[in-house]
Amino acid sequence: MLKTQHALTKMACTIGAGAILATMPLIGQAAWEPQKPVEFVVMAGKGGGADKAVRLIQSIIASEKMAPVPFTPVNKPGGSGAEALVHLNGKKGDNHTLMFTLNSFYTTPLRQPKLGIDITTFTPVARMAEDTFLLWVHSDRKDINNMADFAKAAKAKGKKWIMAGTGKNSEDNLLTDFLNTAYDLNMKYVPYKGGGKVAKELAGKNADSTVNNPSEQLGFYEAGTTKALASFTDKRLPLFPDAPTFKELGKDYVYYMQRTVVGAPGMSKEAAEYYQGLFKKVFNSKKWQGYRTKKSLQGDLLQGDALMSYWKKERDIHEVMLRNMGAIK
Amino acid sequence: MLEILGLLGNGFLVVFEPLNLALIIGGCALGLFIGAMPGLGSVNGVAILLPLTFLVPPTGAIIFLAAIYYGAMYGGAISSIMLGIPGASTAVATTFDGRPLAKQGLADKALTGAAVASFVGGSISVVLFTFFAPPLAHIALVFGAPEEFALMMLAFATFVGLGGDDIFKTVFSIAIGLVLSAVGFDIISGEPRLVLWDITGFLHGVNFLVLAIGIYGIGEMLWTVEENALAGGKSMLSEATVTIARTMSNLRELVGIWKTMLMGSILGYFVGILPAAGATPGSLMAYGIAKQISKDPDKFGQGAIEGVCAPEAANNAASTGSMLPMLTLGIPGSPTTAILLGGMVIWGLEPGPRLFTDHSEFVWGLIASLYAANLFAVIINIAFIPVFIQILKTPFTILAPIIFILCLIGGYAPTQSMHDVWLMISFGIVGYLMRKLDYPLAPAVLAIVLGPLAEPAMRQSLIISDGSFMIFFERTYAGPIMITALLLLFLPLFKIGYDRIRKK
Repeated sequence: MLKTQHALTKMACTIGAGAILATMPLIGQAAWEPQKPVEFVVMAGKGGGADKAVRLIQSIIASEKMAPVPFTPVNKPGGSGAEALVHLNGKKGDNHTLMFTLNSFYTTPLRQPKLGIDITTFTPVARMAEDTFLLWVHSDRKDINNMADFAKAAKAKGKKWIMAGTGKNSEDNLLTDFLNTAYDLNMKYVPYKGGGKVAKELAGKNADSTVNNPSEQLGFYEAGTTKALASFTDKRLPLFPDAPTFKELGKDYVYYMQRTVVGAPGMSKEAAEYYQGLFKKVFNSKKWQGYRTKKSLQGDLLQGDALMSYWKKERDIHEVMLRNMGAIK
Repeated sequence: MLEILGLLGNGFLVVFEPLNLALIIGGCALGLFIGAMPGLGSVNGVAILLPLTFLVPPTGAIIFLAAIYYGAMYGGAISSIMLGIPGASTAVATTFDGRPLAKQGLADKALTGAAVASFVGGSISVVLFTFFAPPLAHIALVFGAPEEFALMMLAFATFVGLGGDDIFKTVFSIAIGLVLSAVGFDIISGEPRLVLWDITGFLHGVNFLVLAIGIYGIGEMLWTVEENALAGGKSMLSEATVTIARTMSNLRELVGIWKTMLMGSILGYFVGILPAAGATPGSLMAYGIAKQISKDPDKFGQGAIEGVCAPEAANNAASTGSMLPMLTLGIPGSPTTAILLGGMVIWGLEPGPRLFTDHSEFVWGLIASLYAANLFAVIINIAFIPVFIQILKTPFTILAPIIFILCLIGGYAPTQSMHDVWLMISFGIVGYLMRKLDYPLAPAVLAIVLGPLAEPAMRQSLIISDGSFMIFFERTYAGPIMITALLLLFLPLFKIGYDRIRKK
């Protein structure tokens, strides 16, 4: 009973303390610190991979008392991230707005030039991870155990072979196009909403294959319903030691999805430094490192100028890919 | 069977730990409030409170959030009935008859009906959940795009005749709803579409709640203002009282419609377990069917207690049902369970097929907590009915501004954008005008809920089948559902034909 009361008091105190901190004005401090709750925009909907990561980061910052103010996630999934980008772009010089991005950070401005977004004006804060992609099939396909089997089976079925993915011209679509070209296949790409749904379509045998992130397919993988054939990474993933990389298979192709924290354009230098320090702490926290291991996330911490040059490089790569698949002219 | 009872027993041991019991009661009460606040709804409530849950163990955390989810299903009915504003998307169907009942001075009857139906729906679905989780999880898994589309057609079909007598006006209303539901981003083509006047706010589409709060909340208020002006400042709502005798007679009447509640519960549960459908289509379908099977369908929309009980039983049943794909497949059955899934990641649990074996205490603790949450929610809800009734006695001049502010908050909360607030006010005015011109509004609301579910499912199916519509008839589950939908759709035509033949 005592334990109960203690836990409830703790909960009540946290709510109270949060409310006080949120309203407390800053009293003469040397280093810059946020003075009001930080809006943490998510470029995707509630419940997706990016959203889960943001809510985990929010809980790490709050539970380890890393910041004097709460971080409040705001989902802006509209227009494949276009809405979030326009929102952040309109917050020039704002020190209390951050955004958590994916690769639509590159592709959406490229595909919708009307938005007038230049990602190099945004403030680079921290790349927290790179998510990986693997090629998955149902475990009942006993005839498919490697890429050669896959290519044979998919070829035999022609355009009746269904690859489920998240949205047209998305990362999954890019990877499907690669596979079709590299192995001379004619797989049909069917877009679904969200990686969880895609994983379910494969497990329910409504699709023949997916190129999901491990985090999206993990549940079915652990249950033995789906299996990984190959990975789009530089090295084999520790969680999937039996899945070779496409590099090993003689196709020079790697693809990652960034999980990065971005600040508004023209954020003050002091604020940018503060957030870089904060997210370094989050990155090194036990919880984030545990999450990375569990979800098979790769990619080191990248910050400041290094992150900016990474963006420029990735944007150019995506421009070529989108042009090759005819999504832009 | 015995094994399940044993596991459930263990679950109850978890639930009866004092901390967990306190979390259930607290969660139910909080959920009731969250559900009753227009626009706040269980999705936002659970999202806001998620960070607090790392203070307790995972089982306590999910029990707390599930209790909120549950309480919100009860609470959603309150503002639907009292103010005519759906507290959450799941409670829209409850306004259709709940509001007329309140206006007739029978708010206590509607509130009691909603609470009892919620309890029935919740209880039946938890029992179904306890004993039939694995086979139902299998159905959810094989349910693909063609099945989803067939189910949506069934939902549309149950609503035939929901509009007025003027078919043109009903079709017009459906068309407006479908067009609005297409605004935003199209995942199939990967392009933004119908971004009206290039306003970025339209990129996230037209939120269903923005439309519902606009036409029901604001529209209703404009309507009442006009009535009041004509009637010389009479109170907005006729007075209701709560006495033991009245409550007893209300309860007796509810016993008489047990079939409707049973139908709502079972239907809601099955729609709930299907991924992505969630409680809103379930409650709308239950309303449609309740009207179709009623001996007196004309009563619906004028204050039929069945019209309150069917959707309320269904939305609670569906909220339990939507936990099934969440736990067993790791995919959300509703927007709220999507957040719960995020929570499970924070607590270090991996949702999916292995959860039942790897974390049996967690799963069965949650299931047992639903039994308890159901009981506490109905007690808290009924205990508060006299308080709610008091609110109805507030003079209109005080109540109207409060409702207006609630509407604005409700429009702002889901997306936190002012664009949606302006849009909602516009819908309010348009809704009021449509009502003046005698256009039915329910078909528009139905279309905006089902449109975004039906459209991608249809296009995905047709991509798979290379454009052949036979895909909807050839498959094991899709076929029978689609045929039932078509039969229901044409039933009114058969009826007309039959009547003509008989007259001759």
